[in-house]
Amino acid sequence: MSTTEEKLTGQQAGAAVEAEAVEEVLEPSIGKVASTDHLGTNYHLFVAGTDEGDQKLKPRSQTTARELLREVGSVLRMSEADAANLGELPDDPEEDQTMIINMGPQHPSTHGVLRLMLELQGETVLRCKPIIGYLHTGMEKTAEQLTFMQGGTNVTRMDYLSPLNNELVFSMATEKLLGIDGDIPDRAVWIRMLLSELNRMSSHLLFMATNGMDLGAVSMMIYGWREREEVLRFFQEVTGLRMNHNYIRPGGLAADLPAGWRDGVLRILDLLPPRLDEYDILMTGQPIWRERLQGVGVITPREALALGATGPILRSTGVEWDLRRDQSYMHYDELEFDVVVGSYGDAFDRFAIRLAEIRESMVLVRQILERIPEGDYRVQNKKVTPPPRARIDESMEALIHHFKIFTEGFKVPEGEVYLGIESPRGEIGCYIASDGGPNPYRLHMRDPSFVNIQCLPHMMRGGLVADAVAIISSVDPVLGGVDR
Amino acid sequence: MSDDAASSNATQEADAADAAAQPTLHGCPVTDSNGQEVIHASAAQYLDVVKALADEGYIMCIDLCGIDYLEFMDRVLPADIEPQRFEVVVNLLDMAHRRRTRLRVQVPEADPTVASLFEIYPGTEAMEREAYDMFGILFADHPDLTRILMPEDWEGHPLRKDYDVGRIPVQFKGANA
Repeated sequence: MSTTEEKLTGQQAGAAVEAEAVEEVLEPSIGKVASTDHLGTNYHLFVAGTDEGDQKLKPRSQTTARELLREVGSVLRMSEADAANLGELPDDPEEDQTMIINMGPQHPSTHGVLRLMLELQGETVLRCKPIIGYLHTGMEKTAEQLTFMQGGTNVTRMDYLSPLNNELVFSMATEKLLGIDGDIPDRAVWIRMLLSELNRMSSHLLFMATNGMDLGAVSMMIYGWREREEVLRFFQEVTGLRMNHNYIRPGGLAADLPAGWRDGVLRILDLLPPRLDEYDILMTGQPIWRERLQGVGVITPREALALGATGPILRSTGVEWDLRRDQSYMHYDELEFDVVVGSYGDAFDRFAIRLAEIRESMVLVRQILERIPEGDYRVQNKKVTPPPRARIDESMEALIHHFKIFTEGFKVPEGEVYLGIESPRGEIGCYIASDGGPNPYRLHMRDPSFVNIQCLPHMMRGGLVADAVAIISSVDPVLGGVDR
Repeated sequence: MSDDAASSNATQEADAADAAAQPTLHGCPVTDSNGQEVIHASAAQYLDVVKALADEGYIMCIDLCGIDYLEFMDRVLPADIEPQRFEVVVNLLDMAHRRRTRLRVQVPEADPTVASLFEIYPGTEAMEREAYDMFGILFADHPDLTRILMPEDWEGHPLRKDYDVGRIPVQFKGANA
């Protein structure tokens, strides 16, 4: 402990001392390896490999040319000479002309606990490195302890602004492993689509709020929250919770829609259009807003593809890619909607795309409302579906069955599957490997924010530090999803 | 449903029995996992196969993650693939043809090193760091292989199966519960 402590910076040293104190008193088992017997003699290999060095941005003098090249944005494998000629920046500023500053992890515009290390020369950002993990709670490890039945409560908390999409992709992956993906009743599928689109709206509305706030349009913040609250109020009626619903479950839904749900949706659909028009007046057409966003944080399609960016970031560069249309899932192929793309790949395009996507989602919701059929809200498969509440009172077998499903869970056949759907932030993917037991052997969520924040260094290079806030905001990362 | 799973397992086993019937791609056995194409590349073939796939149009590496199969070593694999403790799973996406493919690379416990895909897909940088952080899988030629989610002085790799979940003792009026 004492050797590692020397390496720590002041802030972390405080935490380490605290951890040490706790360790002495309570001896928690966190961080201890349960059994190393099978590893034999080579265990030191892994422990030795654990201190691969600093995650931080190093000063220029300690950075190798290769690292520097990567940090200034040579995604497309340009030569060092080309990289140097990219901007009007001095090729290699003296170290005393630059300054490395921390932005975050406690900064209101970093959307949670994103920490960026910026190397500045005056007001120009030369390099940027996102440092993440401050919200890491080992949710993928937790998922291995929970049954497939309980897994929804876990995944819904990852990207907490699109909980229903997280549940949806987890449920769809589980259903694929179970082989019941074709048996889900139509009503359940359409309700899933309805909620998924409403969730997209609530997420983008929150983006409107935070994007406005980050750029100083404080009234926009209040408006965005207000509209999002309307959608959340509907979610609360349907699922009982504003967030973290655990409503979409393997096999269908937790419950049917409550009475009067249609009026709730129609109310949102009537309420939003005039308010979105207000957003246009407040932001889209407003010269200050445009000045602030246009041409800021530009990313090219090739860069976006190379970096694995998806969702509005990829679409802002003009790449038409929306999983709802291009690798259609559920019944999206039966609906009419537009995939909104930008052309400049700047922060304004990303803003405009999200605003337009709210409108597109409303178009989708209207079509879905017309098509939701009557029927069952979950698959009638004894293996995954608990018996109805009324049956429990009459039948001992039903009671046992109910009890078994919720305590032991259901067994899922061996295999592995990856499924991706279009979340508000891009492709959210769920990779599950099952060993035939009731818990996932491994559950990995491919979170769009985790991959998308890799674009930040490339968007920021050569920009102004004042634009950094606009750029972070336009990427719309959710740190709950980034760190999991 | 379970019959389907059983029959697909049966077909996989049948394929395994007759290695000649095993379809291959770029010299690697290809299997079908719940309707999804899976390429089983060896650690040596890995980089070349991904390069070939990238040239074929797989323009984006959508996901890369590790798995620790310590407690599930008897999983179904093609006949000529020897199961190892770790696997690196790579999901590739071809936008032009709207198709996906998946690579599963066996990574031995004794030398958990595979090539980095950074030169082909720079977007794998963070994902490979995550796989390193969580499983201790090393990626050769990765530009910045440091921990990403855990603190840099953390010991051990938390998603390994022999890494204890741990618990935080809760105190109720001075008593450990």
